[in-house]
Amino acid sequence: MDVSQLSPANLGLFAVVGGVAALAAIGVVAFPSAVRSALCLVVNFFMLAFLYFTLNCEMLGITQIVVYTGAIMVLFLFVIMLLNLGAPQALIERRDLKWIGGGIFGLALLVVVGSQVLQPLMKVTQVKSEATFGSPQQVGLTLFSDYVYPFEIVSVLLLIGIVGSILLAKRRMQ
Amino acid sequence: MNGVPLFAYLSLGLFMFTAGVVGVIIRRNPIVIFMCIELMLNAVNLTFLAFARYMPAMIVQPRGLHSATMSGQMMVIFVMAVAAAEVAVGLGIIMAIFRLRNNIDIDEMSLLRG
Repeated sequence: MDVSQLSPANLGLFAVVGGVAALAAIGVVAFPSAVRSALCLVVNFFMLAFLYFTLNCEMLGITQIVVYTGAIMVLFLFVIMLLNLGAPQALIERRDLKWIGGGIFGLALLVVVGSQVLQPLMKVTQVKSEATFGSPQQVGLTLFSDYVYPFEIVSVLLLIGIVGSILLAKRRMQ
Repeated sequence: MNGVPLFAYLSLGLFMFTAGVVGVIIRRNPIVIFMCIELMLNAVNLTFLAFARYMPAMIVQPRGLHSATMSGQMMVIFVMAVAAAEVAVGLGIIMAIFRLRNNIDIDEMSLLRG
């Protein structure tokens, strides 16, 4: 890695934000309570939005905050509240064999992918896109000119999702 | 932000993805399993955007360079939309199962087995 290209201030900022995001990701998996996992995931999404801002993708950073933390995580928290798993009913998750197997699998995945994919990319430090490539103008221009067919199909997909979730939540007509 | 290597973003994405995979294997509450799936999708989003910034596709299209260099961000938009639809339907399914059985331990859901 070319050390002269690195900037210690930006690296420090990335380390702080990325560190909080990584700790929150561990928290999602590790907390026994579902509410605490959900709140850790909210923290993780906020840190990710900040990282998107550092990558010059402002439109997607705001979309991350609005869609993921503002809609999806609120939906999760509502469902956790509605299902109301109180303390006697709370799932006690202590299957040791699964934990050991999961841990070994995770470690193996990390090592295999890290060694094969990350190793050749260690030297990339040069930014190759312009500074405005994530602005709403650019994103809108591309989305509505080159990617208009996927855009329309995704809106149909969201309609299907809405109809499906309403149907699933309806009580049966007795 | 200049001066941060691509390796940093990719390693954070890989770590989050691995945490999501371990969470899906270990946890028994299906809502938490869903949250770990969302964690994996976000790790993939971060990877897409990191590559879009540091190594964008330089394929020259007939209409110009636009659609290739912006393709990483387009992928992220569509991944976000699909994740939103999936969460809505999946949580509806979980609530329907809970209403039926009053118990959402995923190890007890063995109706499809045998």
